[in-house]
Amino acid sequence: MLIVMSWLREYVEGLPPTRAVADALIRAGFEVEGLRGVGGDVSGVVVGEIVDFEIVETKKKDVRWCQVRVAPQPAGESSGLGVRGVICGAHNFAVGDRVAVALPGAVLPGGFAITARKTYGHVSDGMICSARELGLGEDHDGILVLPPSAPIGADVTELLDLVDEILDIAVTPDRGYALSVRGIAREAATAFALPFTDPGVPRSGQVEAGQVEAGQVAAGESAAGEAYPVVVEDTAGCDRYVARVVTGVDPAARTPLGWSRRLSLAGMRPISVPVDVTNAVLLGLGQPLHAFDRAKLTGAIIVRRAEAGETLRTLDGVERILDPEDLVIADDTGPIALAGVMGGANTEISAQTTDIVLEAAHFDPISVARTARRHRLSSEAARRFERGVDPALAPVAAATAVDLLVELAGARPAPGVTDLDHRPTAAPVLLSLHEPERLAGRPYSAEVVRRRLADVGCVVAASATSDITDFTTDVTGATTVGGVTTTVVGGDVLVVTPPSWRPDLTRPADLVEEIMRLEGYDTIPVTLPLLPAGRGLTPAQRMHRAVGRALAYAGLAEVLTLPFVAADAADALSLVADDKRRLAVRVANPIAEDAAYLRTTLLSGLIAAAVRNIGRGQQDLALFEVGRVFREQPGAPVRVPTPPVDRRPSAEEIAALDSVLPGQDRHVAALLTGRREPTGWSTPGREADWADAVDAAHVVAEAVGLTLTVTAGDTMPWHPGRCAELTVGGRLVGFAGELHPRVLGDAGLPPRTVAMELSLDVLVEAATAAPPVVAPVISTYPPADRDVALVVPSRVPVAEVTEALREGAGDLLESLTLFDVFEGAQVGAGQRSLAFGLRLRAGDRTLTAAEANAVRDAAVELAAQRTGAALRA
Amino acid sequence: MPAPGETVDPSRVHALDPDQLAAAVAAARESIRAATDLDALAAARTAHVHGAAAPLVLARRELGALPREERADAGRRHNAARAEVQAAYDTRLAELTAERDARVLREERVDVTLPVARRRRGARHPLSSLSDRLVDVFVAMGYEVAEGPEIEHDWFNFEALNMAPDHPARSEHDTLYVEPTASGRVLRTHTSPVQVRALLDRPLPVYVVCPGRTYRNDTIDATHSPVFGQLEGLAVDEGITMADLRGTLEVFAQALFGSGLSTRLRPSFFPFTEPSAELDVQCFACRGEAARQPCRVCSDEGWIEIGGCGMVDPNVLRATGVDPTRYSGFAFGMGLERAAMIRHDVREIRDFVDGDVRFSLPFGIEV
Repeated sequence: MLIVMSWLREYVEGLPPTRAVADALIRAGFEVEGLRGVGGDVSGVVVGEIVDFEIVETKKKDVRWCQVRVAPQPAGESSGLGVRGVICGAHNFAVGDRVAVALPGAVLPGGFAITARKTYGHVSDGMICSARELGLGEDHDGILVLPPSAPIGADVTELLDLVDEILDIAVTPDRGYALSVRGIAREAATAFALPFTDPGVPRSGQVEAGQVEAGQVAAGESAAGEAYPVVVEDTAGCDRYVARVVTGVDPAARTPLGWSRRLSLAGMRPISVPVDVTNAVLLGLGQPLHAFDRAKLTGAIIVRRAEAGETLRTLDGVERILDPEDLVIADDTGPIALAGVMGGANTEISAQTTDIVLEAAHFDPISVARTARRHRLSSEAARRFERGVDPALAPVAAATAVDLLVELAGARPAPGVTDLDHRPTAAPVLLSLHEPERLAGRPYSAEVVRRRLADVGCVVAASATSDITDFTTDVTGATTVGGVTTTVVGGDVLVVTPPSWRPDLTRPADLVEEIMRLEGYDTIPVTLPLLPAGRGLTPAQRMHRAVGRALAYAGLAEVLTLPFVAADAADALSLVADDKRRLAVRVANPIAEDAAYLRTTLLSGLIAAAVRNIGRGQQDLALFEVGRVFREQPGAPVRVPTPPVDRRPSAEEIAALDSVLPGQDRHVAALLTGRREPTGWSTPGREADWADAVDAAHVVAEAVGLTLTVTAGDTMPWHPGRCAELTVGGRLVGFAGELHPRVLGDAGLPPRTVAMELSLDVLVEAATAAPPVVAPVISTYPPADRDVALVVPSRVPVAEVTEALREGAGDLLESLTLFDVFEGAQVGAGQRSLAFGLRLRAGDRTLTAAEANAVRDAAVELAAQRTGAALRA
Repeated sequence: MPAPGETVDPSRVHALDPDQLAAAVAAARESIRAATDLDALAAARTAHVHGAAAPLVLARRELGALPREERADAGRRHNAARAEVQAAYDTRLAELTAERDARVLREERVDVTLPVARRRRGARHPLSSLSDRLVDVFVAMGYEVAEGPEIEHDWFNFEALNMAPDHPARSEHDTLYVEPTASGRVLRTHTSPVQVRALLDRPLPVYVVCPGRTYRNDTIDATHSPVFGQLEGLAVDEGITMADLRGTLEVFAQALFGSGLSTRLRPSFFPFTEPSAELDVQCFACRGEAARQPCRVCSDEGWIEIGGCGMVDPNVLRATGVDPTRYSGFAFGMGLERAAMIRHDVREIRDFVDGDVRFSLPFGIEV
């Protein structure tokens, strides 16, 4: 909302400098996003009178060589003193007109300095200005002709109030009243304790007697003094409809400079007197008005819902198909306006319009909001109705507009006022005097509470106890002071009737906010609540942190990628048709069509991040991400009933809401490419391979105290021969290994790029369910080390051999290390040699050589049985 | 003493006469002194101290051949000579050993300024660290951490938060809806639905912080991102006041920007709080002195807007089954990216989601 300060000062006299006003408004909750001065850079422009001019013909166009008097002529003299010669290209003036002349040395907006210069064969001793050149708006069709009353030689900046300031205020959606000079004026007056005469309440004498007799008129009923017949069929959608009529509007009338400048500064383009008047009332009072060309109306105005199939061409030229929910203004021909949103082209006022029906109404905010959204049509009117327009304002606003049309366009007010008033009676709010303290943590005296509520416009009455017995359950404020709960009833309760322009004030808390903000949030003390002992992070939360840290300490860099992916994300990973990762969730209104789905695997984002890094020259990457993946749950309900909000929903209702949501498990994934260990002056470096991906998975599992079981897997997007399936206690946790060459090729990643992805939820669940670690008994006896080299068929996984060795060795095995893997002619085709180191130790004695050998032999024996392993000769 | 069976020619017993001994000692000392390394010293030792042909060793063999009356005297002299030579040798040995050791260490010198990067550095994302750090501040005060889904039902994201379907504040949320739209599923526009879940799930009083990812229909540019982190706090108890909110926010602001900065609440509007406020913290860079010197951090405002807050709206309490006449509560929320951008001078919000390793690495792991 742009607030023109000269306008605001007209509403509130005695306001301090604008900066102070801005600060006070900020303190009261009106965010001033900008403060702009205008006209301060204009100087040296004076009122001049055209004494005479002659035409100078040039090749392109004719210009005028003008004699302009810029200083008052001394009485009785007719000298040429104070007359200058000025060249002017415009033709919209005559001898005797008063104009704005920038004298040599003058400065125009933008820092343009005016000098005397030779042009068209004359020395032009200054410049005659257009409105635009003076920063007065966009009008540049000709020069600015001033009224004959403008005194010659007077400073134009002073004469036209060129110097002004504009506040740009961000109004929160609850304060519709502040989308007007009137609303801001009330706040500014309150902030500086200045008297404020509300222009939005009827004043005696403003409306001529005989025009205010309408009062309550039943729908469809004709009443004496009616200005125009109106039928409100939907009184819920329109609880107030005021119509006034003016005739004899002068189509040639021009909006005076003061008004057009004010509108321009407030962000509205001056168009014609009737349009400018409705805008002036909209901005000044906050009442959207609509002007119908009476000659184009057929029959009575009807306020009703649209009928299916009806259409309306709105003022923006768009032909709109109406929805039966749309509230429309109609006449006998059909819809003529979208109520509260935009008028129709068929009844639009034009340059020929002389008779006008003015509409000042109050429409249901929700109805307007829905219609505006449905038709993607926002307007100044809709913005205000959505946020709440003062329903009491309509007759005042209409009268103000009529007055302005009379004054500015020579219009005649037709007799009568149509006022269909179906407003519900305002419900008072019962406010315990203790409620402000209960919420603020500081006391407010009854006097302060009353005064602040009055500042807001509330009518405040104290209630006798007996009057409110019906309400005690609602208003009883339970205030805890020093551990004692005091129940307040009766005389400490105020009956507060909020003003008509504050539909947001419906509950005690709403009133408390007004008291607190007007007294200042800075007067609230600073305390800390006394909390009960908390339980700290949950085990799961600690594990999430442990995982992130462990991967970082292992040399991986965490990234957080955007979770949006393209429709073909699953194809890019060559996922099979029935892969659960194909059950992607789609965004209905995506930011980009190629990112309309949510990730079902973290690998999509990591691959994109890796490609981006490589594109920027970082080839050696070890990335990880912890985040949610989203998967539709087949068979889940699409829609469930929504519980009301005036009570706690039942467990079943909550479960129903949750059942609609897709799966959103937390995953952890890593991607490594390029060198895992850096190349340096002393180290050759090492390329990342499948084992680094498996290792990263182990890092994650170890961080939460688990050991992963590794078996050979075969799942896209991994290389079918280099994919480890990772389980814990038989439950699938995830996969790790080298990515499939086709996937890498499609993505543009280097060959041998590796990755892992685990379900963090599954891991954490297993980890939290795991029993506490049992401490090992530390033996102080020396170990016995035995090495064995086994020849095993190559197809046998090492995990099976180690498993057999462990089991065969039994409890005396302290550790088992695979220290060599060898394949070659010496061991035969299809075979490989695995060299293991067994460290044996007993807890209660030193093992003899014979005992150690027996353990080793038992281990080898079982491995031989299970896997066909043979001791290497 | 002569070896068994060895005969000693008494005529050759001259090695023990004082002059001879003195000469032998002098020769030994000279040889030891002249030794410049341990090998030379070992040779000197063989020749003069312990070697079979060393004059003093030979002289000792002659002691037994001396007449008894001369033997004690000669023995004393011989011992003194030997001790003198041994001492000279020990001293020189220590000197040369120290010299050798020093030389070896000197020769083993390396250039310790050579780069030692043998492993890759890792890092956590700055938003993860920041979130953890702020969460820790509240956990230390007794808060617990509450979490909730990122695809949320409209009822949790809006309706229970006092935003009915046509509430004008909804238009400010630029919501991303999830298909099918009739399902009421949205990408949560703030972490506030977690408040609702916390109030439904937990017994009163409730003191929780809710960190998490949130979503808005914003095209990514330097200052906007469709995905951003929020941290939200909620306290619902008997007797909670706006004063408690102010105190809590001061603790919070200090955790974020350092101590000694004042905070300011400006009246504002959020559907789920009443009264509502915006939280400003004095600019940590200019410490509110922006009026006197230009400040890029706060654009000369002197204050940095870091979040919204207020007293939990009675309608929110009612929707979660909490009696608003008995309980009151406060809630506050802030954007993590914005805080991190201010704190760490991040110029482009997209850096947070681009996944460029150069962005995360400088932040390390625990900061």
